Amino acid sequence: MPGLVHVSTTINGNPTDFLCEPRQSLLEVLRDVLGMTGTKEGCNDGNCGACTVVFDGRIVTSCLVLGVEAQDKEITTIEGVATPEGLHPVQQAFLENAALQCGICTPGFIVATKALLDREPDADEGRIRHWLAGNLCRCTGYDKIVRAVLDAEDKMKA
Amino acid sequence: MASNIVLSEVEYNVVGKRHLRPDGVDKVTGRAQYGADVQLTGLLQGKVLRSPHAHALIKSIDTSAAETYPGVHAVVTAADLPFASLSREELGGEYQRLKLASNHVLASDKALFKGHPIAAVAAESQHVAEEAARLIRVEYEVLPPAMTVRQAMESDAPLLHEDLFTSELGELSDKPSNVASHMAFETGDLDEGLKQADVALEREFETASVHQGYIEPHNSTAFWNTDGQLNIWCSTQGPFVVRTSVADILRHPVSRVKVTPMEIGGGFGGKITAYLEPIAALLSRKSGRPVKVLMTRTEVFEASGPAPGTWMKVKLGVTSEGKITAADIFLAFEAGAFPGSPVMQGAACALACYDVPNARINGYDVVVNKPKTAAYRAPGSPQAAFAVESVIDEICEQMGMDPVEFRLRNASREGVRRVEGPIFRRIGLVECLEAARNHDHYKAPLEGPNRGRGVAAGFWFNRGFQSAVNISVNPDGTVNLIEGSVDIGGSRASIAQQAAETLGIAYEDVKPTVVDTDSIGYTMVTGGSRTTFATGWAAIEAAEDVKTQMVERVARIWDTPVEDVQYIDGILSHKSDPELRMSFRELARQLLGTGGGITGASNVDPSGEGNGFGVHIVDVEVDPDTGKTTILRYTAVQDAGKAIHPSYVEGQMQGGVVQGIGWALNEEYFFNDQGHMMNSSFLDYRMPTALDLPMIDTVIVEVANPGHPYGVRGVGEVPIVPPLAAIGSAISHAVGRRIDRLPANPGAVLEAM
Repeated sequence: MPGLVHVSTTINGNPTDFLCEPRQSLLEVLRDVLGMTGTKEGCNDGNCGACTVVFDGRIVTSCLVLGVEAQDKEITTIEGVATPEGLHPVQQAFLENAALQCGICTPGFIVATKALLDREPDADEGRIRHWLAGNLCRCTGYDKIVRAVLDAEDKMKA
Repeated sequence: MASNIVLSEVEYNVVGKRHLRPDGVDKVTGRAQYGADVQLTGLLQGKVLRSPHAHALIKSIDTSAAETYPGVHAVVTAADLPFASLSREELGGEYQRLKLASNHVLASDKALFKGHPIAAVAAESQHVAEEAARLIRVEYEVLPPAMTVRQAMESDAPLLHEDLFTSELGELSDKPSNVASHMAFETGDLDEGLKQADVALEREFETASVHQGYIEPHNSTAFWNTDGQLNIWCSTQGPFVVRTSVADILRHPVSRVKVTPMEIGGGFGGKITAYLEPIAALLSRKSGRPVKVLMTRTEVFEASGPAPGTWMKVKLGVTSEGKITAADIFLAFEAGAFPGSPVMQGAACALACYDVPNARINGYDVVVNKPKTAAYRAPGSPQAAFAVESVIDEICEQMGMDPVEFRLRNASREGVRRVEGPIFRRIGLVECLEAARNHDHYKAPLEGPNRGRGVAAGFWFNRGFQSAVNISVNPDGTVNLIEGSVDIGGSRASIAQQAAETLGIAYEDVKPTVVDTDSIGYTMVTGGSRTTFATGWAAIEAAEDVKTQMVERVARIWDTPVEDVQYIDGILSHKSDPELRMSFRELARQLLGTGGGITGASNVDPSGEGNGFGVHIVDVEVDPDTGKTTILRYTAVQDAGKAIHPSYVEGQMQGGVVQGIGWALNEEYFFNDQGHMMNSSFLDYRMPTALDLPMIDTVIVEVANPGHPYGVRGVGEVPIVPPLAAIGSAISHAVGRRIDRLPANPGAVLEAM
C-alpha cells in the first residue's frame, strides 16, 4: 500500500488540502476523496469528456490527470459554475433548450462550454461543434446542445 | 429553412407546452445523484474478475490468495449462488431457466464470452479489489468460439450449450444446437403472390453487433442486512425488473428486496438486465458491509448487452404499378451467449409499414460466443428495416419510381392486418409520408458529385404495460406526484404535464418524484416507448381519483349532493348555485380541517397503445478517395401522437437518428479470430461526435392515438429504425453500388466502390 501524498490546491476558488495515493486520478480525488460527485466518469480513459474540469485555465479530462498534479493549481469543476445568486447563463441555456436528457454528460458539456465562451463569446456553430467534439452525448444527437450554446452566447451578452 | 415543426390537431393548456423539467437544475449543477455517487457508511468497493476467453471450460477456481490479501472482505464465485446448491429435482421445471440466469451472472462450468463474470472481490478500495481479483487463479480449457450466426448455424459449429435444443416452430428438437429457436409468421399464399409480381428482387444483408453506448457505465450498490432485508441502489430502467430478477436468482423473497433507482445516465434498453446487482448482494452478504460494484467502459462493451449482429435475406415481388404482392424474409439474429435475441420483434416489424397480402417470415435465434444481447431502442426493428427498406429502394430505382410515392401506394393504414395477426387501429404512416413529400428537404434538389439521397420508413409497436402513480394534495394547492418510472429523458415533465392538465392546475404546481420499489405500485421499465403513454395514463387516473375526492369533499362542505358539484379547469362549483364556487387551491387549504388530506392512486395496464411510424430523409456525400460518408442534411418525420413535451419528443427523435447514423456508418463490435473484442473503448468504438453531424430537422406529426386521453403514442423507439436503410440507400445512390452490410465505414464503402 503506497503512502499518501499531501496536496495543496485551489478548487472553485477555495484553498483545498487533501491526501491521496500517488496512483489516484484527479477524478478519483474529486469524487472519492473530496465527495464532489458532480464530475462524472464515463470511460476513465479520456475519450468521453464527462469528467471535464478546468485545470489552470485549460480544460482537461480529470481521469487523465493525477491527483498529485493538482498541487498549486487552480481547478474549476461543475460545482463552481453556478453562484449563490443562481445558474450560470450556460446552465440556464441548457435547461431552457432541453439540451439534456439523461444528464450524465451535462456537467462535462457545461464546463467545456463555459471555457469556450469565456474566451470566444461569438463562437459559431462550426466552432462550437469542433470545441465540443471531445464530449460525447448519446441522448440528444447534439442538436439541442449546440442550440443551447448559441443561446448562452446571447444570454451572456444581455 | 425548416428545423423543428409540430403538426398539431388539438391544443391543451399544459400538455403540448415546452416546460422546464423538474430535475433540470440538479442536472445542470452536478447535484443529481447517479448510481456511482452513492455513499454509505462502511462502503466497500467491488471488482469482477472476467473470462479472458470467448469460450472455455472452467476447470478450477482458486480464490485463496485473494481472500487473504490485505483489505479484502469477501470473494464470491458461482458456488455462492443458490443454484449451485439446488438439485434438478428441487427446481423441477425452473431448472433450465434458473441455470441460464445464474450462469449469466457468474459462470459456473463454462465461460461463454470474453468478459463473462467468473468471480468478484469486495475490498477497502477499488485499487485493492483490482489487485486481489488478479490473484484469483482460474484454470481454463480453451474451446474454439462460434462468433457469427452463419458460423454458429453450421452443423459442425462449436456448441455453446450441450443441453440447448432448437424450439422448431414450437416443437423441441432432439439434437443439441446453437439455434435456440426457429419461429415463423405467414399470411396469404407466397407462391401465388410471387406469380402476380412483375418484378421480384432478392438480396442478402449482414449487420454487426452494436452497443447502446450510454455514457454512464453500469453500477450497483447493495447492502444485505442481517435481518434479511436487501437494499439495492443502482442505475436501471426498471427497478421492479431488477427486484424480480435479484429475488429469483438469489431465491430471496421479493418483499425483502428494495431497489432504489438512482438517476440514470442513459439506457436505450441496455439497462434492464441485472448484471451487477446479484454480485453486489452476494458480496454484501458475505462481508456484512455495503458493497458498490462499477463496470469500466471496457466491461460495459464486453459484458453488457449489445444489439444483435444479423444475417438476413429479403425477397419482394412487386407489380409494374408498384404494389407489393409478396415478401419472403429470412432473419437470423445473434442472441449472444444465452438465448433471447429480438428476432421475433424484428420479424413482426419487418413488413409492418406495408399492406403485404402474401408473406412468409422465418426467424432464427442463434447463440454465439458474445455477450448476451439486450434491448436497444426498437429491438430487432432497425436491422429488419435495413433489409426490407433497402430492397424497396432498389426496386424503386429499377422501376424509376419515387420512393415516397411507392411507400404511399403500399402504406399500412387503419384496418390493415399485420403479418403476425393484429389489425391496425388509427395510425399515421400516410400522414408521415405526405409530410415528408411536402417537406422542403424532399423538394430541394440534391446537386453535386458523390452525393445521394435516401428515404426509409420505420415501425415500432409502442407499448403499454403496468404503471402506478400516487398524487397527494398539499395545503398550498400544489400536488406531489409519486411515480415508479425512472426518468431518462424528461419523463418527470411529461408525466407531470398530464397530471396538471387533468387537474386543471399549473404545471409548476405538480412536483413529481421517482421512488423505490417499496414506495409505489408495480411499474414496468422505462422503455419500449411506453412511459409517457402508460405512466401518463396512471397519472391521469390518479388525478381523476383526486378530482373525485375533491368533489366529494366540497359537496360535504356545502352540504349538497355530489351530483350537484362540477369540476372544470381546476374550479369546483355548484351546478345551479353560482354563490358556491371554490378553486382547487382554496379547497386544498381546507382539506386538513374537513376530513383529512387527499391522495389519488392508480395502478394501470392500458391496452390502447398507438403504433408508431417514422419516415426519414437523408442527404450524404461520399469522399471518393477515402470512402468516408458525410451527413449533409437529415430530416426525421414521425407520428408521435400528441407530443406532450415537444422539445423532449424532438430530442428523442434527434438522439435516435444519431444513434442510427453511428450504427450505419461506424459502430461495430470488431473481434479477432479468438473472439476478443478489439475496440472496447470509446476511442476505437467510434460513436458520433458533435463534429460529425449537422442539425437534425424534425417534423412531429400528431395523429392522436384514440387509445389515450391526450392521444399519446410514444416516441423513443421509432427514430432509430429508418436511419440504417435511409443512409445505406443514400450511399448507394452516391456511389452507384448497393450497400448490403453495416457498418458502411470508409473501408467498406471504398470496397463497394
